Amino acid sequence: MDNEQKDIVLLKGNEVVAKAAVRYGYDGFFGYPITPQSEVLETLAVDKPWETTGMVVLQAESEVSSINMLYGAGCTGKLVFTSSSSPGIALMQEGISYMAACELPGVIVSVGRGGPGLGTIQPGQADYFQSVYGGGNGDYRTIVLAPNSVQEMSDCMGKAAELTFKWRMPVIILSDGVLGQMMEKVELPAPRPRRTDEEISQQCPWATNGIGLKKRQYNIMSSLEFDPATMEERNRKMAAKYHQVEAEEVDYELYKVDDDTEFLIVAYGISSRVSMKAVDILREAGVKVGMLRPKTLWPFPNKIISQLSERIKSILCVEQCEGQMINDVRLATEGQTKVFHSGRSGGMISSPMEVIEDFQKMAREEMSKNWPKGYWMK
Amino acid sequence: MDEIIEIMTREELIIPENRIYGKPTLMNDTPMHYCPGCSHGVVHKLVAEIIEEMGMEEDTIAICPVGCAVFAYRYLDVDWIEASHGRAPACASSIKRLWPKKLVFTYQGDGDMACIGTAESIHAMNRGENIAMIFINNAIYGMTGGQMAPTTLMGMKTATSPYGRQADLHGYPLHITDLATNLEGTCYVTRQAVNTVANIRKAKKAIRQAFENSLNQKGCSLVEIVSTCASGWKKTPEQANQWMVDNMFPYYPLGDLKNTVTD
Repeated sequence: MDNEQKDIVLLKGNEVVAKAAVRYGYDGFFGYPITPQSEVLETLAVDKPWETTGMVVLQAESEVSSINMLYGAGCTGKLVFTSSSSPGIALMQEGISYMAACELPGVIVSVGRGGPGLGTIQPGQADYFQSVYGGGNGDYRTIVLAPNSVQEMSDCMGKAAELTFKWRMPVIILSDGVLGQMMEKVELPAPRPRRTDEEISQQCPWATNGIGLKKRQYNIMSSLEFDPATMEERNRKMAAKYHQVEAEEVDYELYKVDDDTEFLIVAYGISSRVSMKAVDILREAGVKVGMLRPKTLWPFPNKIISQLSERIKSILCVEQCEGQMINDVRLATEGQTKVFHSGRSGGMISSPMEVIEDFQKMAREEMSKNWPKGYWMK
Repeated sequence: MDEIIEIMTREELIIPENRIYGKPTLMNDTPMHYCPGCSHGVVHKLVAEIIEEMGMEEDTIAICPVGCAVFAYRYLDVDWIEASHGRAPACASSIKRLWPKKLVFTYQGDGDMACIGTAESIHAMNRGENIAMIFINNAIYGMTGGQMAPTTLMGMKTATSPYGRQADLHGYPLHITDLATNLEGTCYVTRQAVNTVANIRKAKKAIRQAFENSLNQKGCSLVEIVSTCASGWKKTPEQANQWMVDNMFPYYPLGDLKNTVTD
């Protein structure tokens, strides 16, 4: 069996996150078991990357500890990640705020489940606010990537590794219990060596790892300021960076959107997979509908949604919660188009037919206004 | 005295051959924010001396807490990380595992180590992380203005126990250092003070051993320094030292509690 063949495997999303991290040259993983993402740590424990690439794997005593392990490692310029699910990510919010404040690299994989509270262990997308707006204190943002396949779970680990150092800010990969648990064919990345200490010191002159201390001023990693004017200055510097990220890193996919498209579905993650099927069925029935899938939730694809809104009759925002991303979609339309919600919550997942039913309701409302009679199916 | 001054000028006195004491080079000139009579300054100086003596300047990663020592990074010229409240041992754990040849230590107060960060402290020690933990125990929250700490003595008055610490209202002081001795991951647990020259020398020896344990990957070391907080205790520096001897030492007796490295 040659290498190329070996790299194509059938795996769960969670397992792929673990295997991709090792291959992308991550230096460490720190995490705590929680359903439905425990396979990440389990896979790493079985694969023992500390014996091959030297990657550190540690089961922490809590998610609070995991994220602070990430914080410490990020301070020293290492490429590390953690993974968790909704209540666990909630516990990490303080640490994420600190990482953002110190402009640290670090990747957080969030495998969402139904909430709030302890909620359910079934898949959910109720953590859009948590990830995109953040539950931590202060003026900060995090880049949020939204995969919709097991392949993209792998790809996002590579993209996150790049972005987190490029912009020096935490990157959240917001997936859900379906993507974490379902198996799909995936091509794993070619193994890449971990960076050497010398490479780290060149790439991260800001890092607090002692390297070259005698030839430089000592480094401090702290988010504390006593002078509010200095804090404001820091915030403005970060805000300028965030604006740059918004200008450069927006990523989305258009599915069956063309010049004639009259209706748009906006969905990310597992909802986009369900919605693709709904779009296929509706298209077959002659409905001019397409889908926009944000691949980055922050920065959000505002511009394209605004452009499409100029000519789209209405938008259906499909997400497995009671409506969170819909706020951003509405803002992006700049009031040019009405936006409707579709989705289940608490761990329930919409079927394509449920999406179509909501689509029909939305379309009927439009039809009652200005559509010719008999245009729309019953 | 007068005679000496007549014989030697100040410039002559401080030539290297005549010098019997100097400020550690790792200690910079930033004015310290600590109150008069506080133990922190002395412990900072010891840490600076030891890192310098061990030649570990380029291989030290220091982690400071939230509390009075939050600004420790201002005074010692090594790479510092300011952790969130109580999480220094978690930071230190990942760092030491990722940089096994570095000297990694945390510097924490009683609130940081024995209250909000108890889980992180206990588990870092229990995992046997090869880190050194310096624990400043002054039985009070100094930075926030003298509130009750996990190590506040029974009957001791603070801003949040104004009538004295009572078991039914506040529970008991947490003996985290004694707890640490029972954890298999700790290799060295000791309680020291810096109120006299003799104690300062002993404390220095203890911190040095903790640092060496980190470097030699012997396990987790905990050095408690029973400390003064003149401001928080509402005493003069001199009274604070005496109060510590009379009240703190009987409750937190000095000496090695565990040493599996040299025993």
